Amino acid sequence: MQATAVQPKKRSEFSKNTPGDKILLIIGYVILGLFVVAIILPVVYIILASFIDPITLQNTGLTFDFSKWTTMAYQRVLSNSQIWTGFGNALLYSVLFTIVSVVVTLLAAYPMSRADFKGKAFFNTIFVITMFFGGGLIPTYLLISDLGMLDTIWAILLPGAFSVWNMIIARTYYMGIPKDLQEAAEIDGASEMVYFFQILLPVCSPIIATIAMWQFVGMWNSYFDAMVYLNSASKQPLQLVLRSILIQNQPEPGMVSDMQSTAERAQLAELLKYATIIISSLPLLIMYPFFQKYFDNGIMAGAVKG
Amino acid sequence: MNKASVKPAPKAGFNRTLHNTWVYVRQHWQLYVLFMLPAFALTVIFRYIPMGGIAIAFTDYNPIRGIFASDWVGFRHFQRFLSSPDFLKYLVNTLKLSVYGLLWGFPAPILLAFLLNRILSQKTKQNIQLVLYMPNFISVIVLCGIVRILLSPTGMINSLLGTRTNFMTMPSAFRTIYIASGIWQGAGWASIIYTAALSNASKDQKEAAIIDGANIVQQIIAVEWPAIKDTVLIQFIMSVGNIMSVGFEKAYALQTDLNLGTSEIISTYVYKKGLLDGDYGFSTAVGLFNTVINVVLLVSMNAIVKKMNEGKGI
Repeated sequence: MQATAVQPKKRSEFSKNTPGDKILLIIGYVILGLFVVAIILPVVYIILASFIDPITLQNTGLTFDFSKWTTMAYQRVLSNSQIWTGFGNALLYSVLFTIVSVVVTLLAAYPMSRADFKGKAFFNTIFVITMFFGGGLIPTYLLISDLGMLDTIWAILLPGAFSVWNMIIARTYYMGIPKDLQEAAEIDGASEMVYFFQILLPVCSPIIATIAMWQFVGMWNSYFDAMVYLNSASKQPLQLVLRSILIQNQPEPGMVSDMQSTAERAQLAELLKYATIIISSLPLLIMYPFFQKYFDNGIMAGAVKG
Repeated sequence: MNKASVKPAPKAGFNRTLHNTWVYVRQHWQLYVLFMLPAFALTVIFRYIPMGGIAIAFTDYNPIRGIFASDWVGFRHFQRFLSSPDFLKYLVNTLKLSVYGLLWGFPAPILLAFLLNRILSQKTKQNIQLVLYMPNFISVIVLCGIVRILLSPTGMINSLLGTRTNFMTMPSAFRTIYIASGIWQGAGWASIIYTAALSNASKDQKEAAIIDGANIVQQIIAVEWPAIKDTVLIQFIMSVGNIMSVGFEKAYALQTDLNLGTSEIISTYVYKKGLLDGDYGFSTAVGLFNTVINVVLLVSMNAIVKKMNEGKGI
C-alpha cells in the first residue's frame, strides 16, 4: 500500500505544477537553500581559519597560500591539560547525570501512567507547579550551600535530575503500550517490578534512548550550574574552560605564554579560539548523525501529549 | 486487590474510601516507595524548599544569622527595584528581547517545515535535515564564541562587507545578534515537531486536493495548516509562557561591557546582584518579580487560547 501511494507523487514531478506553483516552489527552494548555506558557511570558515598562521589571519584573513597554513593552534590546544580535564569532567558529569536522571524520571513516570494509581492528581499538581514556579537563583544557591554541596559533583547531578517534562513524555509513551501486555503479565502472576523491568522497559527503548540523549547533550553543553556551584579549576567541565578562552578572552596560561609581545599573544589567542571551537564541538557533531533516528520518536511522543 | 474488595468495608462514606485507599497503598507500596519516592524527594528538596527561601526577598538577609534571624524589611527591596531607573530599562530589555525573539523565531521553524514538506526526494530531505539540526548540538558557549569570532573587526562578516565594525560593542546590534543566532541554532531543530505533524496529514486528503486541481496555497490552507494548527497553538502558548525566562546562558555569554545598554536583562541582573555582589535579599526579590510576571502571562495566555479554541488549552 505504501508503494502504490508513492507512485502518483512521482508522476506529479516539478513540471506538472502550474506556473504559479512553480514560482512558489522555486522561491521556497531558494529560501531553504540559503538557510542551509547560512549554516554551513560559518562552519567551513572556522575550520579553514583554524589552520592559518595567526599573523596572516589577523591581517589578510583566509588564504589558500598553503605556506601560511599551520596546525600550531591544534597542537597548542590539544597539549593543554586544562582542556583535557574539562573533557574528562564533562564526560563524567554528563554520563552520571544521564543515568541518575533517566532512572528517576522513568521510575516516576510508571505510577503516573497507571489509571488505578491513587494520588496521581496530587503528584501531578506537585510536579507541574514546578514547571512554572520556583524559588529562583539565590534560595536554590543557599540551599545547595546549606546542604554542603558547593564545589561538589552533587550540586551538578541532583537539582536538575528529575525532569517533569521528560516524565510526561515517558508517561505518554507508557500509556501507548497495549494494555494486553500488562493483563497477560498479571495473569502470569508477574509482580509490578517484573512487569516494569522485564516487559515494559524493553518495549520503551526508543523513548529511553531519546530522553537519555537529551539529558546527555543538555548537561554536556550547559555551563550555568557549574559556573555557580563549582569553584575548583580541577572540577570545571569543558564549557567553563571554553568560556574563559572564547568569551572572556583568557586563554589557558600555557597556551600563549611563550610569545614575546602582547600583540603576538593577542593574535595567537584569537587563532586558538578557532581550533578550540572545532576540537570541543567535534565529539557531539560526529556522534549526532548516529542518533538522529531517535529524534522523531521523541518529538512525536512529546507532540502526542500536547 | 480482589481479596481486599471481598472483605466488608468497615463503615460507609469517607471512612470507606480512606480504607480502600489504605488497602491500595499497602498492596502497591512499591509504586510509592520505589517508583515515586526518588522523584518526589528531589522535587521537595530542590524545588519546594527554595520556594520557602523566597522569604529572603522580604529580609535584609545576613548569611551568618540565617533567614529567620535576619531583619524583616517587608517590601523594601521591591520598592527599591521598582522605583530605580534601571527597573524599566531591564524590564524593557527583557521584554523586547523575548517578544522580538518570538516574532522572528516562532514562524521560522514552521516555514522550514512547510518547505521541507515540499521536497519529494526522501534522501535529499534527510540530508538537508541533517544540516539543519546540526547547530542544535553546538553549546551556547561555542555558539557565542562563533558569533564573537565572526563579528569581530577582523572576522568573516567584516571581511565580506569590507569594514571593521566591532558589532559586539554596539548596543543597537545586540538584539539582532541574539535573535539571528538563535534562529541559526534552533529553527531547524524546532521544525522537527511540525515536520512530524505534517507527515501525519492525511495522504488521501492531499491527493484528493491535488486531483481537484488545488494549487500549493490551496493545499496548504485546506490540508497542511489544519494538520499542524494544534501543534502551532501549543508551541505558541508555551513560548509566551516562557517570555520572561529568556535564556540567561546566552545573554550572559554575549554581553560585553559596552553593549549592556540592551543586553542587561532581568536574569543576568539577578545573577550579578545576588551572586557577584552578594545582595541576596534584593536579588531574590527581583527574581520573584520576574517569576510572578511569567506565571501571570502563562495563565492569561492559556485562558485566551481556551476561549478562541473552543475550550482547548493546555
